[in-house]
Amino acid sequence: MTIPTDDLQFEDAYVPEPEPGGPEPLHRRLGLTDDEYRAICRILGRDPRPAELAMYSVMWSEHCSYKSSRPFLGRFPTEAPWVVVGPGENAGVIDLGDGWLAALRIESHNHPTFVEPFQGAATGIGGILRDVFTMGARPVALWDQIRFGPLDHPRNRYLFSGTVSGIAWYGNAVGVPTVGGEVAFEECYSGNPLVNVMCLGLMRADELVLGTAGRPGTVAILLGAATGRDGIGGASVLASASFDESSGAKRPSVQVGDPFEEKKLIEACLELYRRGLVVGIQDLGAAGLSCATSEPAARAGVGMEVHLEAVHVRESGMTPAELLMSESQERMMAFVDPAHVDDVLAVARRWEVDASVVGTVRSGGMLSVYEGDELVAEVPAASLSEDAPRYRRELGEPGWMEDLWSNTLGLVAPPDTSETLLRLLDDPSIASAAWVYEQYDHMLFLNTVVGPGHDASLLRIKGTTKGLAVSTDGNGRLCYLDPRRGAARLVYEAALNVALCGARPRAVVDNLNFGNPEKPEVMWQFRETVEGIADACEALGVPVVGGNVSFYNETDGRDIYPTPVVGMLGLADPMPPSPPRLDRATDGMDLWLFGLERAINLAGSAFEQVTFGHVGGRPSAPDPTLAKAAVEAALSLVSEGLAPVLHDVSDGSLAVAVAEICIASEVGVSLRVSDWRHLYTEDPHRFLAATDPDDAERVAAVAAEAGIPARPIGRFEGTEIVFEMPGAAAVVDVETAARTYREAIPRRLR
Amino acid sequence: MKVTVNIVRRPDVADPQGATVARALHDLGHASVRSVRVDRAIHLEVDGDDPEAVRAEVVRMCEELLANPVLEDFEVVVEE
Amino acid sequence: MTRIGVVTFPGSNCEHDTVWALTLAGADAELVWHRDTDLTGLDGVVLPGGFAHGDYLRPGAIARFSPVMSEVARLASEGRPVLGICNGFQILCEAGLIPGAHIANRDLAFICRPVEVEVVDTDSILTRAAEPGRRLTIPLNSYEGAWVDPSRAGRVVLRYVDDPNGSQDRAAAVANEAGNVVGIMPHPERASEAVLGSDDGLVLLAGFVDSCGREVTV
Repeated sequence: MTIPTDDLQFEDAYVPEPEPGGPEPLHRRLGLTDDEYRAICRILGRDPRPAELAMYSVMWSEHCSYKSSRPFLGRFPTEAPWVVVGPGENAGVIDLGDGWLAALRIESHNHPTFVEPFQGAATGIGGILRDVFTMGARPVALWDQIRFGPLDHPRNRYLFSGTVSGIAWYGNAVGVPTVGGEVAFEECYSGNPLVNVMCLGLMRADELVLGTAGRPGTVAILLGAATGRDGIGGASVLASASFDESSGAKRPSVQVGDPFEEKKLIEACLELYRRGLVVGIQDLGAAGLSCATSEPAARAGVGMEVHLEAVHVRESGMTPAELLMSESQERMMAFVDPAHVDDVLAVARRWEVDASVVGTVRSGGMLSVYEGDELVAEVPAASLSEDAPRYRRELGEPGWMEDLWSNTLGLVAPPDTSETLLRLLDDPSIASAAWVYEQYDHMLFLNTVVGPGHDASLLRIKGTTKGLAVSTDGNGRLCYLDPRRGAARLVYEAALNVALCGARPRAVVDNLNFGNPEKPEVMWQFRETVEGIADACEALGVPVVGGNVSFYNETDGRDIYPTPVVGMLGLADPMPPSPPRLDRATDGMDLWLFGLERAINLAGSAFEQVTFGHVGGRPSAPDPTLAKAAVEAALSLVSEGLAPVLHDVSDGSLAVAVAEICIASEVGVSLRVSDWRHLYTEDPHRFLAATDPDDAERVAAVAAEAGIPARPIGRFEGTEIVFEMPGAAAVVDVETAARTYREAIPRRLR
Repeated sequence: MKVTVNIVRRPDVADPQGATVARALHDLGHASVRSVRVDRAIHLEVDGDDPEAVRAEVVRMCEELLANPVLEDFEVVVEE
Repeated sequence: MTRIGVVTFPGSNCEHDTVWALTLAGADAELVWHRDTDLTGLDGVVLPGGFAHGDYLRPGAIARFSPVMSEVARLASEGRPVLGICNGFQILCEAGLIPGAHIANRDLAFICRPVEVEVVDTDSILTRAAEPGRRLTIPLNSYEGAWVDPSRAGRVVLRYVDDPNGSQDRAAAVANEAGNVVGIMPHPERASEAVLGSDDGLVLLAGFVDSCGREVTV
């Protein structure tokens, strides 16, 4: 049930009712509620025109307006001395020092991927790139976080391989490396695959461009691909007199990506920025022209006159509503001083990018849209974005949480540890993702110092001493068991991951993937998640500079696990000359565990899921003090060059983390634990280090100085992974472990 | 029997490849080209004497595998 | 200093990396736009990696008609060094400057990983500075990376140690008869600094730069 906020007054505006036996009124067909219709009447002071309804319907959609989530997102800390642009523009921007800026954004493309995985994922990449280069930055790296149902189901295999192919095709062809990401498989994603993508861009401080329309007289130029009916009904919604969904396959036109067009657009735009030829620029994403005209105008406090007949199109006969709703890809709206229009068109021509002059900025706040001489829409520009409804959705703790928390297995005797380790390594959510990332170009631009397959990506900035680290982390299972604790732990995990390659955490972007917001329990999960992320960011002093919310990930009444994905950017200056990696452990090195050793909490562990198919218990709360100590300890180890190998202990816990080092380094290990559960518990703020035994004292000193417990728990040697525990031992040959780990995903796809 | 399946992108779906090829043809001097669409043809040899039965089976193949209904239409041509 | 032009087509994306690496190898490298037809003063030309024209129709099929290509062909016929890397290799084949053509990788997946290649013929502008039999680790990054040559006219100068993609004769780099035009599928510019994983590519690029610096005897 939606509860309208107080500032929308619902007078007795006339809301059209369906004729008996006739089609639904237009506003409902477009997805607007009757209350929203009344709000539009109040804003306009009259009945809306069809094209106006079309604009409101797309701009006030959940995806564009954040109407269910905005009331909560204000909780995030967004400020820090190094934040140049916070949430609200197309990407967050932070200052890296010495005149360098980084732009950062994360986005989801979940529902289109379910319909057509290749193009859905591909156009997701296109969209996130535009969000970054619309800020003036060259996109330099991508990360994707993809989640599917289990691979034993053919449909999930199809979605998974289609998604990876689509990301590979678009990312490689457009020429931006994909340097890391996450792959996970859970039953709840079977009907709702998740595709989140994150992008980093770099620019000099004087290259920053905002999404502003500028002053009256500024000219609006539409650049890029011709507009078609992508993303909207094949037949004009308005033209259909009799509306019968079941007749024929009038599916919305699937958006098809064109990475070549995008590449040309990137180069053309970067040249425009370098030469100072634009006043502002906005990408056309969801809500296409409606958004790219209204938002820049609203930001500048101006109005606009738009001429639809000037838009370059690839299909004839498009109605105004279609032109305003179209989600054709690879388009940008540049706002240009009249003196520079010819130069801009010349740049576009040189890069073989189509361009059309579609509008002019005026004073006042009205957005007036014409088709030829006919005025087809006239609305206050700000009303489309700022006056979108905000829903205070009902929220309530699910009745099942207590039961979930008390549903622990209470295991006493260990299962066969050798077999358990191999099963964990064989789990597609834990196993090597090489099958995925070897399809992505991760080396282009010669910046990738630490690429896919490690805890974080590390990129250099040529010509400087700086390095940028990025980690992306999600864990639906953990967040299902406790959204607040789970989400906070993800932030701490991401911060630790960037610290493990010598970078200090600097900014967060978050992608919040949830089920149906009309359910109180989903909104409760959402609120708790936001609180958890906010708490952790505040404790770390790291601002949230942007994010994305995806609701309605629900099929047949079943919601996905609450799945926040945290993207963390860290800055290393100077970048360590030899950053820690997983593959540098050698025979004779010590294995250290940093963090609480005696923690035992199997709730949400991969161990319980993989071994028993069990999900239950309450995950441990994070410890902000310990979290910060872990980050400081990691940074010190890196700056003092004490640890050729650093690895965080997360999914799959200690057993898996140790095995991963052995597999990457091709060396065995022997370690001893006092309780078998130490191998599988997934408590936070823990990491492993492989160090030279001669450095033991210095390593211990780093831990003590940082205030985090640490001690050597084993030694790298031989060709076997040996775990000793009271009354039992596990022995797994490294080669066997490696084969299992590498084959887990490919063998399920044959 | 010889069967040709023409897999054709649905007309309302973008064809960037076609657009790029059209541009290239113009650059080569072929100003007369108005539009280009790039599609696929699949050639099968199928056992059977009855053209209608063969056609029906190939239509099923298209629905199951050969065409992606989200993006493509198909046409089955059975050589008599 | 030896001047080398790196051609940029719409959709090329390795041109800056190639300039960077050629500079490390001792050259004065500059970008050349695909519509430029004046290559005066250049001692050699590189066609870099990427996706010229999106690889639409066939990789390199449209790029071979760019105005710059007639000049590249002229330079090649005069014996000047011309190097095609990845997409550049595909464009040289489409243009007929190197025999053969490219098809999709055997496993029908894009491959991005380091591969080991062996120097099998040092009589080329690319391999002249390396010893025969030397093995180099260089990143491969391609989908249509498999070279095929029904005419058997191409001269293989680098061969993959293990076949990654079904390339004929496990060819990783192929030269024309005279050895002044070479196409290489893996990316030597991506193996030009140890901090990025390998600098094995430098010996190849240095050989190329050295070739460009020499007088041409036709």
